Amino acid sequence: MHELSIAMRVVDLAAARCRDAGGDIVTAVTVRVGRLAAVHGGALAAAFEMAREGTPLAEATLRVVDVPVRVWCPQCRAEADLTDVVPLACPACGRPTGDLRAGHELEVESIEVVGPRGDTVGAGA
Amino acid sequence: MSEPRILEVRTSILKRNDEVAREMREEFRRAGMVVVNLVSSPGSGKTRLLYETLVRLRRAGRRVAAIVGDVETDRDARRLGASGAPVRQIMTHGLCHLEAEMVRRELLAWPSEHVDCLFIENVGNLVCPTSWDLGESLRVALLSVAEGEDKPLKYPGLFNTADVAVITKTDLAEACDFDRAAALDALAAVRPGMPVIETSAKSGAGLDAWITFLEARRP
Repeated sequence: MHELSIAMRVVDLAAARCRDAGGDIVTAVTVRVGRLAAVHGGALAAAFEMAREGTPLAEATLRVVDVPVRVWCPQCRAEADLTDVVPLACPACGRPTGDLRAGHELEVESIEVVGPRGDTVGAGA
Repeated sequence: MSEPRILEVRTSILKRNDEVAREMREEFRRAGMVVVNLVSSPGSGKTRLLYETLVRLRRAGRRVAAIVGDVETDRDARRLGASGAPVRQIMTHGLCHLEAEMVRRELLAWPSEHVDCLFIENVGNLVCPTSWDLGESLRVALLSVAEGEDKPLKYPGLFNTADVAVITKTDLAEACDFDRAAALDALAAVRPGMPVIETSAKSGAGLDAWITFLEARRP
């Protein structure tokens, strides 16, 4: 159940970014989770509900974007997304390849912020 | 109430852990240390393999040390301590993995004598340790012959992050109807080209190859 550790960091990151931008509360957080990152979306959502309590994210929605495993095939000289996680092989020619271009992502992509009393937050970082 | 404004963040969720791990890796590199992170399911033989590894490396004149993570008890530290190597136990009290900061705390509390090879035995878990970089130079995933050849397919994330796989308890292979070819196929499916070393800490089979592999990693 390491999703709680992950969720707490999501909340910390989002709250810090909100504060830096002069925001008041965070209404939504979008995270990107690679299919090889060993993080369960449902467990992350449950953990997020616990982690957000008493923070500027108390009312925030969590959006989880699943990132498929993407490999580079040296034979086809092309990248390709895999439907399944394993085997790590080119879906076009079947050749095994460990050259991963995506799939281990664990990142906060963006947040939605509202300023105090409905004021909008200044643009940019 | 105004419309929410979207702010790009694009930051790794484990940024802080990654930063600590990066700093430690640089310190380890400068100190000429090999740092090995052992990951596997509980009961796959990490402690036994590590014990034999510590004994053999010490016999060869290497200065070795170990940090071992468990949810509770210092039993593994006591087992490993019998090798004569300095060992520290991290009790996570529920946490399912080790984090870089925990390792750094242990290292700060340690007398600062030179170590050639530091082993970190992670909490037995095939999921949670996956994304937590501990600053290691080598991540070793263990797979015992008793736990099923398809384990790597079931837990691809962790096996994919490993630099080398060690098959353990080969002395039990026959009793467990271990299908060696299937295990090698499963490992290749999740990490094409990953070296695989087959060992039995009990009989000693394969331990020379394992030690040779480790020695070759020394700077």
